[in-house]
Amino acid sequence: MNHEDKQSLEKAHHTVAALGEMKVGTSGRVSGIDVTGIDGVSAEMADRLREMGFAENLEVEVLHQSPFGRDPIAVRVGSMTVALRRREANIIKVQLV
Amino acid sequence: MTLSLVAVVGNPNCGKSALFNALTGLRQKVANYPGATVERRTGPMLGNADIELVDLPGTYSLTPRSPDEAVTCDILKGTFESEKRPDAVICVVDATNLAQHLRFVIELRALGLPMVIALNMTDLAAREQISIDAMALSNKLGVPVVETVAVRKKGLEDLQAKALEALKAGAPIDTFFGTSVRDFQRAARKIAADATLSEGIGHKTTRLLDKVLLNPVAGPIVLFGILFLMFQAVFAWAEAPMGWIEDGIAFSQALLANSMSEGWLFSFLSDGILGGVGAVVVFLPQILILFAFVLILESTGYMARAAFLMDRLMASVGLNGRAFIPLLSSFACAIPGIMAARTIADPKDRLTTILIAPLMTCSARLPVYTVLIGAVIPDTNVMGGAVGLQGLVMFCLYLAGIVSALVVAAVLKRTVAKGEAHTFMLELPKYQTPRLAYVLTGLYERARLFLRRAGTVIMAVTIVLWFFASYPVAPEGAANPVSYSLVGIIGGWLEVIFSPIGFNWEISAALVPGMAAREVAIAALGTVYSIGGSEEMIEAGVGAMIAANWSLPTAFSFLAWFVYAPQCLSTIAVTRRETNGWKWPLFMLGYLFGLAYLASFLTFNIATIILAS
Repeated sequence: MNHEDKQSLEKAHHTVAALGEMKVGTSGRVSGIDVTGIDGVSAEMADRLREMGFAENLEVEVLHQSPFGRDPIAVRVGSMTVALRRREANIIKVQLV
Repeated sequence: MTLSLVAVVGNPNCGKSALFNALTGLRQKVANYPGATVERRTGPMLGNADIELVDLPGTYSLTPRSPDEAVTCDILKGTFESEKRPDAVICVVDATNLAQHLRFVIELRALGLPMVIALNMTDLAAREQISIDAMALSNKLGVPVVETVAVRKKGLEDLQAKALEALKAGAPIDTFFGTSVRDFQRAARKIAADATLSEGIGHKTTRLLDKVLLNPVAGPIVLFGILFLMFQAVFAWAEAPMGWIEDGIAFSQALLANSMSEGWLFSFLSDGILGGVGAVVVFLPQILILFAFVLILESTGYMARAAFLMDRLMASVGLNGRAFIPLLSSFACAIPGIMAARTIADPKDRLTTILIAPLMTCSARLPVYTVLIGAVIPDTNVMGGAVGLQGLVMFCLYLAGIVSALVVAAVLKRTVAKGEAHTFMLELPKYQTPRLAYVLTGLYERARLFLRRAGTVIMAVTIVLWFFASYPVAPEGAANPVSYSLVGIIGGWLEVIFSPIGFNWEISAALVPGMAAREVAIAALGTVYSIGGSEEMIEAGVGAMIAANWSLPTAFSFLAWFVYAPQCLSTIAVTRRETNGWKWPLFMLGYLFGLAYLASFLTFNIATIILAS
């Protein structure tokens, strides 16, 4: 996907955000776990995120953030809570509600 | 029937170890896998000694992300050298998190091993109003499913029976669920959804507790408070039982004095054994209190929160929050700490964590700190009487270790352990009330190890030291008999090296046996001073002798030395094993020795200048 395509896609779905950019207290549904176009992150990271419990259509909610520098964040995903850094969280795209 | 090996596997936080404990009772064997330092926990199954159970380290998948996960994967695939492939697996699944755990079940299923699923924590699931149809689950997966509550020993007999059946029946029929993690995930969610009758309301207590414990303001305050309480408790709560042990030793020495005549045997028993070993055994209460804190923090699920809160700070020195857990265990002992570093995925991060673990003040250094603080710091309260000065000094010493560790980590990550910044990803498990049985078993194990060490290594070193401190015998009426002995002579040589940092020959001599185990330094001082000292001084203990013999700068310098304390032989040995070679343990030894010397040199000279003015 090239840059322009990506922008137009984001315009079409205003409510899609990267998990790592979400504020504490916001929630949504995972719309995709996509590593294309993200620097320095291998496809392995997507697998790791899935192994930790992230999956399409699951409800996610940003519960907490670190008191120091707002990173990492604690995310409720399904019935579990996972702590991760915003950089990796950005791989996960969320349809906001 | 021949002996069958059954592996207990599961994701982290599924109650796997609790189930293993319940299935084996207390007849477990704990050893290390050769070549890998992952603990090998095995035991015969209760009620059926033909089945040997093995508890494998928790993992999220069969693609290992860390050394301990690699052991689990290799054993299950039958590629691990020193363990035969299990004949069957009991896969432990958290009933409150079914979809997530089923993904792993599906992956495991493809291994072609006979399998039983323990649907664990069904009591918690019921409390969260989650309802699962175990029968439907079993049909969908083609694997027997048994509902269990490991901590209440529920469902165990059924599980044992099903495991036996599975061993006879063989592997489940191969079903294709796909090839990628995503495929497994989809299949798992479909099965979980089909078998779940009601979704539940989540763990309310965990959400409420996290609101406070991970609060941006309250969270760090609580964490700092817990750590502070931990160190104050080590000082305050241990006082009474330590008094009892001291009284017991003094009583035994008096008993000996009354029933024996003066002579070498009396000196050996009273000064060598009771004086030396006793000086170490007295710290058992403090060590147990410290371990109790670590065990409770671990079993409640708070440790993962501490890692979350600390991640940013750890990231600033190039590590991640996960490293906080091994480092916190290192406060009890660097050895389990260094071994716990196996859960760190990145090799560079892991190496850095191992190298700084000895800077976390371990419980073996407590005796040294306690004796010296007791000897030179007045027992008064500061800050309006709320905080004991001795406890505060202790806290500062711990803090010095922590700060140094962070600085060293930052330097290492920029030099020898340079590498890409790695990530932090950690499940925050549900809070659980700490289980008394778990904590007590852990403490019993610690006490046993400590006393065994006191009875063997420390005793042996003390005996040798007593001998070298007593012979050659000094001439009649010598002012200080020990200075004529071998220890006195060696101490004299070492004093040349250590006098710039304010150590006298007695301290220099005590540092050598102190390499065997740090607390031996105190035992050694006990022996050196009790042979040389007068009757009244022996009764007053090592602390009083130090107070009488050492200058204040020397005492501070000794404390600074032990913040860095070139570590005990066991730490070096475990580092060698964990890093597969002598390079890193020697590096560790060198840098710690250098830091210790530097810190003591500065402390001694600055203290001398301040006190002189």
